[in-house]
Amino acid sequence: MTWLWFHKLASPPHFYRIAGRWLPWLGWSAAVLGVTGLVWGLVLAPSDYQQGEGYRILYVHAPSAWLSTFTYTTMAVSAAVGLVWRMNVAHSVSASCAPLGASFTFVALATGSLWGKPMWGTWWEWDPRLTSELLLLFLYLGYMGLRSAIEDQTRADRVCALLAIVGVVNVPIIYYSVEWWNSLHQAPSVMKFGKPTMPASMLVPLLMMFAAGTLFAATMVLMRARGEILRRERVGTWLEAAVGESVALTGEKR
Amino acid sequence: MEAFLTWLAMGKYALYVWSSFGLTVAVVLLNIHWARRSFRDASEVARRRLAMRRSDQ
Repeated sequence: MTWLWFHKLASPPHFYRIAGRWLPWLGWSAAVLGVTGLVWGLVLAPSDYQQGEGYRILYVHAPSAWLSTFTYTTMAVSAAVGLVWRMNVAHSVSASCAPLGASFTFVALATGSLWGKPMWGTWWEWDPRLTSELLLLFLYLGYMGLRSAIEDQTRADRVCALLAIVGVVNVPIIYYSVEWWNSLHQAPSVMKFGKPTMPASMLVPLLMMFAAGTLFAATMVLMRARGEILRRERVGTWLEAAVGESVALTGEKR
Repeated sequence: MEAFLTWLAMGKYALYVWSSFGLTVAVVLLNIHWARRSFRDASEVARRRLAMRRSDQ
């Protein structure tokens, strides 16, 4: 009984319908939280006593870095589910994660660089945290390249799933790199559950940005996964209805 | 007005702070555009495939 929802999600028509129902809620929640967090972080939060106004980059850098690893973990877990249970929907979700994850890994690296220049005096350092994050970007790019290079869908799913699962070992390395090795990058200050080292006036907008980012990622992945399902499905009356509905929504001419 | 300009200057970090926020907003908007386009293209592919199947029958 408890696993019924999981088995139901394996059905493409069911997933397509459920995802479509969730999309507006997730999207609008992300927008409201994102705008509130952004205004709070940029205008209302106090300056940092050491970094002045420069620390505000944190409000886009930390959520982007979180999204880069969270999306990769989602990609690897759904790839594993797809491999073990031969679930097409899971492979669709996995494939949908890569472009989003790659773009936010790029944002995390770029905003980190923009923060590093005034604070550390350098745009880039071959530091364990930065290097492992760069490796994550290459993993995403490799995954997308591999997927587009293999024509046979089943084979592409299997090979890309293996790459995603092997690459997930990089996620804990990114997180613990600042503790395992000497690093220019600061140690975690938000993810210390129970005792974050930030005052509430700075922490609350940051948590809002984390939540907004996570909801945004869910929205984008579900939107892409719905498209991926349409691309993979061949027959079914539900497909006819879904295509008719999506054409009506996007205003395409028949 | 002066308070607004002071805020805009972000101490001496305006270039770094606004570039970071600008880049992030641009990537968010691009992701929305890409996801919508990907869904539209997939719908079109599925619609054509169904139309071909109908014409074959």
